[in-house]
Amino acid sequence: MVRFDDVGLKYRRAQGKSPVESLDILRSVSFEIPQGGFRWLTGASGAGKTTLLKLMYLAAHPSQGKIEILGVDAAKLPVREAALLRRRIGVVFQDFRLLGHLSAYDNVALPMRLARRSEAQVKSDVTELLHWVGLSGKLDRKPAELSGGEQQRISIARAVVNRPKLFLADEPTGNLDDLQADRLMMLITGLNKMGTTVVVATHNQRLVKDYPAPRLEIAHGTLAFDEALVWAG
Amino acid sequence: MAKKIDHLGLRSAMADRLLPVLVAAMSFLAALAVAGTLAASSLAGQWNQNTGADLTVQVPDPGDQAVASAETRLQAVFSVLAKSPGVNAPHVLTADEVNNLLRPWLGQDAGQLGLPVPAVITAQWSGAGAPDALRAALDAVAPGTLAETGTHWAERVAALTASLQASALSVLLIVTLVASAVVAVATRAGLAQGRDAIEIIHGLGTLDSDIAGRFAARVTMQTAFGAVLGTLCALPVLFWLASLALPFTGVTADMTRAASLPPVLWVVLPSIPVLAACIGWVTTQFTVRGWLRRLS
Repeated sequence: MVRFDDVGLKYRRAQGKSPVESLDILRSVSFEIPQGGFRWLTGASGAGKTTLLKLMYLAAHPSQGKIEILGVDAAKLPVREAALLRRRIGVVFQDFRLLGHLSAYDNVALPMRLARRSEAQVKSDVTELLHWVGLSGKLDRKPAELSGGEQQRISIARAVVNRPKLFLADEPTGNLDDLQADRLMMLITGLNKMGTTVVVATHNQRLVKDYPAPRLEIAHGTLAFDEALVWAG
Repeated sequence: MAKKIDHLGLRSAMADRLLPVLVAAMSFLAALAVAGTLAASSLAGQWNQNTGADLTVQVPDPGDQAVASAETRLQAVFSVLAKSPGVNAPHVLTADEVNNLLRPWLGQDAGQLGLPVPAVITAQWSGAGAPDALRAALDAVAPGTLAETGTHWAERVAALTASLQASALSVLLIVTLVASAVVAVATRAGLAQGRDAIEIIHGLGTLDSDIAGRFAARVTMQTAFGAVLGTLCALPVLFWLASLALPFTGVTADMTRAASLPPVLWVVLPSIPVLAACIGWVTTQFTVRGWLRRLS
């Protein structure tokens, strides 16, 4: 479960000798996604979608309000517990965030190794997953040797390899053609059916239409529309 | 994390060879400072033992008659010494022994110059403090007799040694602080260089202790290597300094050069790399954990 209760986020920015300026990035955002739920996160560029996702994977902390991730109060988490919670969250970043010095295989294997899975299991799962995303012939390639779409597929494979309880994706299909995008959606809906909570930020209206799920619409740092409330009547 | 895979990219982020070189320089200085401390302490101990226990008595006009006695002044003084508590093994220097002592100032045979050379009696003094009572007793039978122990010089040597040791310990403290600062700066440079990788790894749920441990392991290896190098480089210098100090230690020339280093130094020197590694490990742990706190 993911629950936001009156969440706000401010950035403080100093401008030369002038007083510190406080920028409202998010204001009074409240919603709830049950465990196993699926939400599209939509909104114009700069509306606050990426920031909302950052709050969900604990890369940012709210200035106000309360966030509950997978049933845990994020504000009260000790550092170690926060790290362990992050292992249960799979994230696809807009800029992929792959480790440039590691091969495609090692990038995908990383979450499993962090979870101290056996190398036999790592090999089996990673090889199968990279095969599934069409990169079985490029296991040893470094990210710089791959195209944007291929890097994105590695990023997706890394996010799902540990069978996360919460899957977050920021424009995961931005560099994929329709066929690859549909394959990705099959993977994500498959994860979702197995109980993973999914939030996907996207501008891709075709995907939103083809894979119906409640939308969370962000506009100017506020939650403009929670379609789940409409669906629930 | 699998051990062989460099997830954090530390091989490139912490590839700077300057750290081992700087630690080697620090360890070189530390080795000299430690050796200086031990050598000063050892020499002071030796001098205290030898000089502090020496009692030298000069008897002017030794052949003249003593006060209220049929004995000569020399005999009377020797008798008092032989009976005095705290005076051991009194020995009247022979004419040859006196000549040997005076040769640097008076030439081959001081006796031929017709100078009034006093008789000299040496002994071991085991009494507490200065032999004031003894001086009074000697002066009573042979006025003008001088009795000196090495205590006064031993005290000066002790003061000199203490100041040398304080200086050496100050050097060690400064070396430790500088080494810590060097490690902290190198670690921060590594953190800055590997920032993206660390943020990604951290975001995937790596524990702070794991990341700090990886950095610390790398820095510990580099500091230990540098310290071994620096300590080894210091060895020839220490042997050279020890050979210069040979005349002060009473070690005969036919002894090996290695034997001229204080034995405790052979225990302390290997501990320098261990200490450097500890400094590297602790400083890196603090630096990385402090840096990671911003990401949490």
